[in-house]
Amino acid sequence: MRSCVLAVFLMSVAILGGCSEGVLDPKGPIASAERQILFNSTGIMLAIVIPTILATLGVAYWFRSSNSRARYLPDFEYSGRLELLVWSIPIMTVILVGGVAWVGSHDLDPRKPIASMVKPVTVQVVSLDWKWLFIYPDQGIASVNQLTVPVGTPVSFELTSSGVMNSFWVPQLGGQIYTMAGMTTRLHLQADHAGTYRGAAANYSGAGFADMRFNVDAVPAEKFALWVDAARNAGPVLDAQAYADLAKPSKAVTPFTYRSVAPDLFNGILSSGMQADAASRHTHQPSQEVQK
Amino acid sequence: MNFLGKLSWDAVPLHEPIIMGTSAVVVLAIVFILGWIVIKGYLPYLWREWITSVDHKRIGVMYIVLALLMLLRGFADGIMMRSQQAVAAGGAQGYLPPEHFDQIFSAHGTIMIFFVAMPLVIGLMNFAVPLQLGVRDVAFPTLNSVSFWLTASGVLLTNISLAVGEFSKAGWVAYPPLSGLQFSPGVGVDYYLWALQISGIGTLLSGINFVTTILKMRAPGMGLMHMPVFCWTALASNLLIVAAFPVLTVTFAMLLLDRYLDFHFFTIDAGGNPMMYVNLFWVWGHPEVYILVLPAFGIYSEVSATFSGKPLFGYRSMVAATMTISILAYTVWLHHFFTMGASANINAFFGVMSMIIAVPTGVKIFNWLFTMYGGRVRFTVPVLWTIGFMVTFVLGGLTGVLLAVPPIDFQMHNSLFLVAHFHHVIIPGVVFGAFAGYHYWFPKAFGFTLDERWGRRSFWCWFIGFHLAFMPLYVVGLMGMTRRMQHYDNLDWQPWLMVAGIGAVVILAGIVCQVVQLVVSIRDREQNRDLTGDPWNGRTLEWSTASPPPAWNFAVLPYAAETDTFWNRKQRARGKRDERAQEREYDPIEMPKNSPTGFVTAFFAVVTGFALIWHIWWMAGLGAFGALVTFLVFAFRHEDEIEIPAEQIARFDRAHPVGVVI
Repeated sequence: MRSCVLAVFLMSVAILGGCSEGVLDPKGPIASAERQILFNSTGIMLAIVIPTILATLGVAYWFRSSNSRARYLPDFEYSGRLELLVWSIPIMTVILVGGVAWVGSHDLDPRKPIASMVKPVTVQVVSLDWKWLFIYPDQGIASVNQLTVPVGTPVSFELTSSGVMNSFWVPQLGGQIYTMAGMTTRLHLQADHAGTYRGAAANYSGAGFADMRFNVDAVPAEKFALWVDAARNAGPVLDAQAYADLAKPSKAVTPFTYRSVAPDLFNGILSSGMQADAASRHTHQPSQEVQK
Repeated sequence: MNFLGKLSWDAVPLHEPIIMGTSAVVVLAIVFILGWIVIKGYLPYLWREWITSVDHKRIGVMYIVLALLMLLRGFADGIMMRSQQAVAAGGAQGYLPPEHFDQIFSAHGTIMIFFVAMPLVIGLMNFAVPLQLGVRDVAFPTLNSVSFWLTASGVLLTNISLAVGEFSKAGWVAYPPLSGLQFSPGVGVDYYLWALQISGIGTLLSGINFVTTILKMRAPGMGLMHMPVFCWTALASNLLIVAAFPVLTVTFAMLLLDRYLDFHFFTIDAGGNPMMYVNLFWVWGHPEVYILVLPAFGIYSEVSATFSGKPLFGYRSMVAATMTISILAYTVWLHHFFTMGASANINAFFGVMSMIIAVPTGVKIFNWLFTMYGGRVRFTVPVLWTIGFMVTFVLGGLTGVLLAVPPIDFQMHNSLFLVAHFHHVIIPGVVFGAFAGYHYWFPKAFGFTLDERWGRRSFWCWFIGFHLAFMPLYVVGLMGMTRRMQHYDNLDWQPWLMVAGIGAVVILAGIVCQVVQLVVSIRDREQNRDLTGDPWNGRTLEWSTASPPPAWNFAVLPYAAETDTFWNRKQRARGKRDERAQEREYDPIEMPKNSPTGFVTAFFAVVTGFALIWHIWWMAGLGAFGALVTFLVFAFRHEDEIEIPAEQIARFDRAHPVGVVI
């Protein structure tokens, strides 16, 4: 039973220990709201779960067979009032948490744009084997394994995959969404504080999965403009051929940028995308060597 | 065309010392045990009494032996993952390269769900349900043997993949497109699919068998509302099997068509839709959770009532809760992929439905609590597992309801928080329950009780080890660590993963204690004989017959027109010897005859499965033909029953007097 206390203790340590990074250290409105829902729901349920645990231990201990002071009630097997109680306690808890879930699902629908005076930045995300491609259609640039966004500006993501399904996740900015070939998912996030945040591929996608991470640099608007300018003046061009090369499986790719992007490349990936698939069909052998 | 399809010496990973070492040990162990059996002359006994047995008790025991062996395999996979993640931080790659690590986590999940949890639960149902119902066997005894051996075939194929070829690297859920031919051209996914197809058919047949048994074959007088709660949970679980497993079989068949015949159900081109697989998989996958956990709930109900010396509190509530859960199980599958981008209304609906399942589950917890209230609780090992389950499971349920809130799931999905959650419900929920059932029914099966001291040690190791191993995973999940990482760069995660690794070692100590418990109990069996058939002062019919029960279970079928018939009869007899035992009249009993059908079918199933995996078409045809012939031979059998003479039954009863005759 001591380990039970230990469990609760560990849970609280989790809440403290997790504060440095991750879900419990949000840096944007979406992640903050999601954390708030996490706290509210946990609070509602702990109010019933902790007494239940204590009651279980207490009842079991008091009614141990060696305790002569405990009353033996061999026929106590039904009580209408208690039945009412045992059904209504969980029902009431679920009504509360269910309300939180219903409202939260609508407020934090990943497709819902973030209300803001600032014009959002659009980023098109493509998950590849095994790296992330970020296309900035309005700026005409793209980057690999590196996402730079302006602080205080909503970012509107359109996401798809070159082949294997994946999931785009930046814990400190908000929840994840799947990337699926031939389909677009939507996600809206915003960073309120400048900083570098970890981004993850959250859905296992094969051999290079563990290295398929990226950093999100949230920078002030003027720095973002500088970054865009710098990107426009360096790096290769992302056209269909360059995309086909990029789509070949590779692991732990060092971040780099493309100075320009063929127009409508994202829609091309979405609708056909088969060029990339043909490329990976030939190279996707088990013996395929790691490209560092 | 190659005579052996894709099979060649390259398929054996001779350059992998870990795999080859393990395989060598396993093969040597099997050769040693088989050799010992043959030399000692046990083979005819084994064939006659076990392999061809259609006795539900024997089949139940074989299921549990299979499950416990596979628990060792699955646990070995688990502790390798934990040790890999404890060391592979920063630049370190650990000792398992991705292609090996990916197979290990895929095998761990597949084995633990299909070949540990399922056989444990089905084995316990096999053993206990007919006894609790007061009948002599299941509805279709030979089919029962076929079910078991098909499950064993799946196990065998999965383990062959260790040494010949590879196992799936697509995770235990095998989502396409990753599991499709384009991204998984090897035989790993084929091993996964065929092993689960074959064992899945076995499970479906079991489900049909048990539903029929429970609905049609109860003791005289026993209405549905007189059944022990374990039988109710078994009924719910088997109804779920009958409804859910065909979905899995068809889904896998579609994926197989994609992989073998160039169909496009789940491909990303030519109009395929991989997301349909995800939906279909979880239409089976979520009910599967309740297929596993409901019988465990039944065991907790039996244990808490028996060892409190009280009837189960709120029997009708328990039945209602059980059946409610089995219906709601089909309304929640979408919570496994809230992050797929469905609309807010859909996510919210499935989120709320998922929480509603917590209501009947909560009711059960309170009812067990009130069962202990006013009781005389004996803290035997099964009770420890039960209380350990109750205090742990409510927290696991809490994190489950958290994950049912879509905005929280967006953050925690696919993270180690999720991994911690489902281990937090499955280990206390299913595994603790199965261990409680194992300890509880062991004396019934073998005629002597298990050692309490080693049982308690095992419980504490499991209980503490579980918390050490999985609580840290909640933390790293909240810190943003996703599941299935072969290595990671964030050094902040490492201390937590080291603690988790220590937890796995403590669980290992618990498993060692269980092995020692078994050895010690067998050594001391003469001191721990159960001569009455009722070692726990039980309430239900299985305790009214001898331990171990004769092949016919009950010399005369009991009349049981109330709940807890056996207990009530004992109360009325008040310790007086029942005189009716002496003047009892015995009739001869017809019992089903042993049959090698199951074993032979399984042999051909393995041949067919192996041949299909390696594209050895002639061999697949041969195997399928063999299975068909086996079926025909069985279908045209002349006699399928043997008569046990009344004199033999009377002799058994005189040798094994029980306290109260029903």
